[in-house]
Amino acid sequence: MSYQIGLAAHDLSCRRGGRKLFEGLSFALKPGEALLVTGPNGAGKTSLLRLIAELLPLDGGSFRVTGAASDTPLPELCHYVGHANGIKTSLSVRENLAFYADYLGGDGAGLADALAAFKLDELADFLAGMLSAGQKRKLALSRLFTSPRPIWLLDEPSVSLDAASVKQLDVALGRHLKAGGVAIVASHVTPKTKFARRLALGLELVS
Amino acid sequence: MRAALALLRRDIMLAWREGGAIGVALGFYLVVVAIMPLGLGPDLNLLSRIAPGVLWVALLLAALLAADRIFHNDYEDGALDVLMTGPLPLPLVAATKSLAHWLTTGVPLALLAPVLGLLLNLPIAASPWLVLAMLAGTPAVSFIAAIGAGLTLGLRRSGLLLALLVLPLYVPVLIFGVSTVSAAITGPASPWPPFLMLCALSLASIVLAPFASALALRNALR
Repeated sequence: MSYQIGLAAHDLSCRRGGRKLFEGLSFALKPGEALLVTGPNGAGKTSLLRLIAELLPLDGGSFRVTGAASDTPLPELCHYVGHANGIKTSLSVRENLAFYADYLGGDGAGLADALAAFKLDELADFLAGMLSAGQKRKLALSRLFTSPRPIWLLDEPSVSLDAASVKQLDVALGRHLKAGGVAIVASHVTPKTKFARRLALGLELVS
Repeated sequence: MRAALALLRRDIMLAWREGGAIGVALGFYLVVVAIMPLGLGPDLNLLSRIAPGVLWVALLLAALLAADRIFHNDYEDGALDVLMTGPLPLPLVAATKSLAHWLTTGVPLALLAPVLGLLLNLPIAASPWLVLAMLAGTPAVSFIAAIGAGLTLGLRRSGLLLALLVLPLYVPVLIFGVSTVSAAITGPASPWPPFLMLCALSLASIVLAPFASALALRNALR
């Protein structure tokens, strides 16, 4: 799978609960580039990712996508892996991934890839509720492989992952970028992946 | 279409696996109807006269027990975020989840109703009309409950507030549901006119309620 996706944001602003998180925020990503978003707690990293996935309404500014069919809405180009894992504890690992493979518009063929990505095959028939925190995180990240989508939005992806899995994540991210996708990662720890762009959000208290 | 089917299958599977939703609603329905004759005394004429109303009111309450789960679990565990980045427009997500609620709550309750009707001395001849009226009316119950579930998303103890918001909206369903069954028991009026009104209420809810639910969801997530 290869993409030629570009994502540019122009003059974004975001308010949450009457507080200004950021304004006049712009960035541009060419195919194969990744953006690392850093900043203290409460600076708006998660809000930025949610703005891109259209889970939050924009207060101002716009996004421009190049290299995708023009009638595809932006959220459908995005894989969003947030703080919450979005997995069902009473379904097995395989059933969780099979649902997302069907639902997210893959052809169901991504299921095998997704199970292999973080070596969850051995756990495939266990209930997701039995998994450890790190394994649940891997299950959530495996969703990235259930269907090919060119924009990855990862919010603190490496939380509770062991060293080997962090490395697998870096490899997967590298492969995604090489295929011409883009990624926006909010993180406190700097992953090994080469990030073409960095964005430091400041914390500005406006009373 | 594939996405909607996947979502429907998952929601039914979850309701089945987690058991609580279906079992509690059916159990609640059974208990409420069963204690009613104990409170009212063994007057069979009285019981059969109020049976349609009791069965309908208890059904509405039982259906609401599971209603806050329509969106709540997906909201809590983050699955709702992923559902919103899928190919289904949000009103269709809401409609699919309401349909799953109907299949896992409305249909079992409607099928249980004639059995409970025996406890209230409901004439057996009226049972087909009872089931028919409930199957026709419960889609409105589920689709309207989804609006309340969206509005109360993220609140603590949302179940009670949900009931307060939604029960008044069930008044038309209740009126036409009860009059269908009453007409089938006592005559002489035909049960068809109120039954067709019930169908119309459900069809209108199926078309309109998902848009309201979707707006409520957007509002809850911001």
